[in-house]
Amino acid sequence: MVVEREVVIPNKEGLHFRPIMQFVDTAQRFAADVTVKCEGREADGRSPMELLMLVATHGTRVRLVADGDDAEAALEALSALIESGFGET
Amino acid sequence: MITKKGISASPGVAIGPALVLDTEEYRIPRRTIHPSQVAKELRTLDAALEASRQEVSELRTALSRKMGQQTSAIFEFHEKFIADSKLRNTVAAKIENDLCTAAYAFSHELNRQQKAFRAVPDPYIKERVTDLFDIEKRVLRHILGRTREDIARLSEPVVIVAHDITPSQAVQLDRQHILGFVLNVGGQTSHMAIISRALRVPTVVGLTDATAEISGGEMVIVDGTHGIVIAEPDLATLERYQALQQEYERFETRLRGLRHEPAITRDGQPISLLANIELPQEVEAALEAGAEGIGLYRTEFLFLGSDRMPTEEQQYEAFSSAVRAARGKPVTLRTLDLGADKLATSMGVQHDHNPVLGLRSLRYCLLNLDLFKTHLRAMLRATVEGDVRIMFPMIATLMELRQAKATLADVMEDLEEESIPFRRNVPIGIMIETPAAALVADALAQEVSFLSIGTNDLTQYTLAVDRGNERVAHLYSPHNPAMLKLLRMIMRAGHRAGVEVSLCGEMAGSPIYTQLLLGLGLRKLSMAPKDVPEVKQLIRSTTLADCQRIARKVLQFDADRQVLNFLRDEARKVLPPEAF
Repeated sequence: MVVEREVVIPNKEGLHFRPIMQFVDTAQRFAADVTVKCEGREADGRSPMELLMLVATHGTRVRLVADGDDAEAALEALSALIESGFGET
Repeated sequence: MITKKGISASPGVAIGPALVLDTEEYRIPRRTIHPSQVAKELRTLDAALEASRQEVSELRTALSRKMGQQTSAIFEFHEKFIADSKLRNTVAAKIENDLCTAAYAFSHELNRQQKAFRAVPDPYIKERVTDLFDIEKRVLRHILGRTREDIARLSEPVVIVAHDITPSQAVQLDRQHILGFVLNVGGQTSHMAIISRALRVPTVVGLTDATAEISGGEMVIVDGTHGIVIAEPDLATLERYQALQQEYERFETRLRGLRHEPAITRDGQPISLLANIELPQEVEAALEAGAEGIGLYRTEFLFLGSDRMPTEEQQYEAFSSAVRAARGKPVTLRTLDLGADKLATSMGVQHDHNPVLGLRSLRYCLLNLDLFKTHLRAMLRATVEGDVRIMFPMIATLMELRQAKATLADVMEDLEEESIPFRRNVPIGIMIETPAAALVADALAQEVSFLSIGTNDLTQYTLAVDRGNERVAHLYSPHNPAMLKLLRMIMRAGHRAGVEVSLCGEMAGSPIYTQLLLGLGLRKLSMAPKDVPEVKQLIRSTTLADCQRIARKVLQFDADRQVLNFLRDEARKVLPPEAF
């Protein structure tokens, strides 16, 4: 099962170290493959290097794609994490 | 084998493994590997990634106790980044597809990422590029083995290869473990050249891209005498240089043995040998080379390479540290000799159409009295720290000397009013480096305590030849008959006035001229520290009677070629063949 959702990076510093690590930790809790797309770039949701290379700054629109049995749950958890601003402002 | 030509900064031969120091621009050379080596490079990569990850992990544990969450999070990310299988696979694919080394493939990938980051306008993300540098360096260090390390903690002798080294870094170096220096930047007069000569470390500078072509760990030959660097030499080249190195070292050892021997001719005439320096850090090496003091401290180096004039305190700090390092031995401070080829950005002067005849040196000081007074204050304050003398350069007329002395008197008065201690009877001297000064040396000598002949400028002005202009440089010769007449004239003027005359041009440091200068009556020579042992050796091998005979003979010649050949023959008679 493939599900997709678009979210906007709300925190000021964008997708930097701590948010990336939270994202990776969350993605790893699920079996589904997670891909993050941003302005023509693509990152594996479990690769800190690729997520960093997305250079998703504050206000960037990213598309989350999850593929697998628990895709829906994964997407729910990951978009909630992003929308919370990773606990930052 | 890679051979590169640079600028000779300090003579001698060094052979040893290269230690490449980090610069932000270092690059790892692209080297093609054989397909059979791919597996080995992959193992190197995996081992380096794992070692780096562990290193960061340990660092993080140690730091989290001390620095708290924020810093710890950064290293946690580094650790995850290094452990990322995507990173490993990208680099491994590059090694397999492009047949390149692990170091090159890794560096290439990280460089690509750094470039992408720099292009991002967001300042938060942009700053992360330094983390990528850090990661790159750490992993590369593990790939390359022990080749990129802290310069202050060396465990074996190495040739330092770097973009540049700051003087303060250089003097902190562990001399025992530094065989040679190879630098991308710099010229013969750069600080690093001066310091490497003082440390007697073979050095080649101005190589532009040495750090890009030498990756570290490989064998490097530094031929400081000829300005050549050879990486990964073949056996024949290596053997040739090993022989050269031994020969050079034998000669050096013999000269070093002379350090504590007096500079005295065989018939008993003592000669005073002093050193020319540009930085206070050189004093110690000068004394070690056997100099009896500092005959010329070129203070303008403080003013170069900075857009702001140094403060009185900064100047005082430099002067007094030089004087203290001399431990009671004489130190002659020359006042600012800026202009012509030495322009400080802070001078803010317009370019003269003809700079050597323009607003330079003492002329500049006399027109910028505030700057000059600050300079003199710093000098005078340093007089209480030891045996200081003050010398004015580029005097052409008696009026200039009187103006300079009047300014000095003003500054003395100021200091007295402020109860700042200084030595009122500090000896004042001048440099004789214009034909005008040489011709009126009689009158000038009446008003000073000493004269010092600057043969570099005196030759240039007498023969109207710019040594830096390659089309006329061959006409430049300090042994020209006209120059010899001027030298004799200055010696006589000093003698009649009972004023000591010394010589501090390059002529003083060349053993070919030593016998002539002694014969002309000079008893005090000031030269680059490295030249002291050789000149001393010559003095100890000749007699004053011979020197006088040589001078008399040379003064009869009418062509400079004739003079030079004769002097060379005479020097050969007393010096061993390695000296040439």
